[in-house]
Amino acid sequence: MADEKSNAAAYWKANVRLITGCLIVWALVSYGFAILLRPLLSGIPIGGTDLGFWFAQQGSILTFIGLIFFYAWRMNRLDKQFGLGE
Amino acid sequence: MSQFAINLLFVGASFALYIGIAVWARAGSTKDFYVAGGGVHPITNGMATAADWMSAASFISMAGLLASGGYANSSFLMGWTGGYVILAMLLAPYLRKFGKFTVPDFIGDRFYSNTARLVAVVCLVVASVTYVIGQMTGAGVAFSRFLEVSNTWGIWIAAFIVFLYAVFGGMKGITYTQVAQYVVLIVAYTIPAVFIALQLTGNPIPMFGMFSVHNESGMPLLAKLSEVLVELGFQDYAADVDNKLNMVLFTLSLMVGTAGLPHVIIRFFTVPRVADARWSAGWALVFIALLYLTAPAVASMARLNLLTTVYPEASGQVENYEEAMGDALLYEERPDWFRTWEETGLITFNDQNDDGRIQFYNEGNEAFASTAAERGWEGNELTVNNDILVLANPEIANLPGWVIGLIAAGGIAAALSTAAGLLLAISSAISHDLIKTTINPNITEKGEMLAARISMGGAILLATYLGLNPPGFAAQTVALAFGIAGASLFPALMMGIFSKRVNNKGAVAGMLAGLIATLLYIFTYLGWLFIPGTNMLPNTPDNWILGISPLSFGAIGAMINFAVAFAVSSATEEPPQEIQDLVESVRFPKGAGVAIDH
Repeated sequence: MADEKSNAAAYWKANVRLITGCLIVWALVSYGFAILLRPLLSGIPIGGTDLGFWFAQQGSILTFIGLIFFYAWRMNRLDKQFGLGE
Repeated sequence: MSQFAINLLFVGASFALYIGIAVWARAGSTKDFYVAGGGVHPITNGMATAADWMSAASFISMAGLLASGGYANSSFLMGWTGGYVILAMLLAPYLRKFGKFTVPDFIGDRFYSNTARLVAVVCLVVASVTYVIGQMTGAGVAFSRFLEVSNTWGIWIAAFIVFLYAVFGGMKGITYTQVAQYVVLIVAYTIPAVFIALQLTGNPIPMFGMFSVHNESGMPLLAKLSEVLVELGFQDYAADVDNKLNMVLFTLSLMVGTAGLPHVIIRFFTVPRVADARWSAGWALVFIALLYLTAPAVASMARLNLLTTVYPEASGQVENYEEAMGDALLYEERPDWFRTWEETGLITFNDQNDDGRIQFYNEGNEAFASTAAERGWEGNELTVNNDILVLANPEIANLPGWVIGLIAAGGIAAALSTAAGLLLAISSAISHDLIKTTINPNITEKGEMLAARISMGGAILLATYLGLNPPGFAAQTVALAFGIAGASLFPALMMGIFSKRVNNKGAVAGMLAGLIATLLYIFTYLGWLFIPGTNMLPNTPDNWILGISPLSFGAIGAMINFAVAFAVSSATEEPPQEIQDLVESVRFPKGAGVAIDH
């Protein structure tokens, strides 16, 4: 019982760590590259505008898709590793 | 065949398809009715979620918003997609594991409080009802434009179709019609976009064409667009915003609002396993992105197309913009699509300087006034409603009539699919959370089904009434729906999963604090209950606190909710052991099969 509990706790800790990592990337591409850090990226031209504009209208969305699939893939592995899957 | 007949054929065929699906997917049990039996494939659910999510606003209005605002309106793109990342990681899998039917179900059980359940029901109903008004009016507009019926008839027809498949099929019928509706709307959106991208840049993929070279001028398309805009006194398309705090908060408000909208969350209750809920969120975003990555391309290309239609000489390589702007389009020589849309009043022309030519520029720009005067311009002469960009695209690109028919079916599909999802969220909150859980726990399965169907019918009637008599604040209600979902529901759900310490008192206090703060801020600037003239401060950036617009306040409301909930919880007792065990159990997938039979 105690083992089961500590196993579940370790699984949850790993999940929270994974989420934190993903959300840092999530914030970086949207709030970072597309909004707050855009002036720093203005020197990088892309198709008639700058990299920040591309992140605001394309790059952030593409990154979001990648993040969700990455998270789902890693979590499925964690489920198996900890024996907590269905 | 006339255009009217073609439109009728496309819309009629799509309706026949939806009704056919409804007959095939009748709901036999409450589990069918609320969560489609819990056996929807994750990719199917992703597609249904995409249609559920993309409303008349996404289909019709978003490209117009992006075209008029340029970079500054990118918040809509990031906010309405980034919400799925937090939904996938912070809510969907755990709520699926919890394994019940509605959003208030979780809030009521986790916070062991019928008050919390009731607050959640009220938030859900208000957010969903305000949201559904826009869908009904959107369907009305699409009907009246393409099928030559009055707005009133359009709304009644839309209500009847939704009634047929939502009342009989419940979530099961809605799921499979939404899949069909997704296919209709994405095809309708993409085809004209591909042709416009080909015409302007030679690149058939709109999201790449947008960053390619503009055929006629040899310049990158966005650079050309910005150059022409600046020559007419408009803002550079890629111009940065001054108030970045507001842009960040607005984007964040849209994200937490998206993640907290009940009609989206309940779609993740329909997949068989917890792992499927995670995959399904990814697929949903893929299907949404097909439209959201194309929309900015449609926006920039349609805006450039409009400008070079009015100033044909400005479309190529221009040495001297003064001469190019002098040769504005003669009103007598305007293209056919221009005439069609003039009839609807969504394009208007008023020859201020009587030269027979169309002058289209930014008359509100004081720095540009002297240039305009030198050119002999006496005011802007053309107004174009933002909403026509997508609807008029096929005509602007000279596409055949069947594409126009497809756009009509697509716009109606977008409105109906979202309306049905919202109506299901409303009816399940009433029949399941109010009647079954709170008022009459002994109700039979059959009785609950009947209650669900009656409340669905009632919700459709209410939505129809509000669609026919839209309160004068239809545009502001989106802020209200997102504000309520983001400031009250999202934090409560997240705390319910990620904290074992937040208790019943903390959750209720937090939800109310977030909700009330958000409503107060919105009403201060937009009027009490949106009644014109009752706002206490003018709704302009100088009056906003720190320049935070009422639309951006949902994120602040969410922060208030978190802060109050933690403060009150830590001052009061811990939740009982069985609640802490419940939180523990939603955190991992094992045992989800048991949880669903209840």
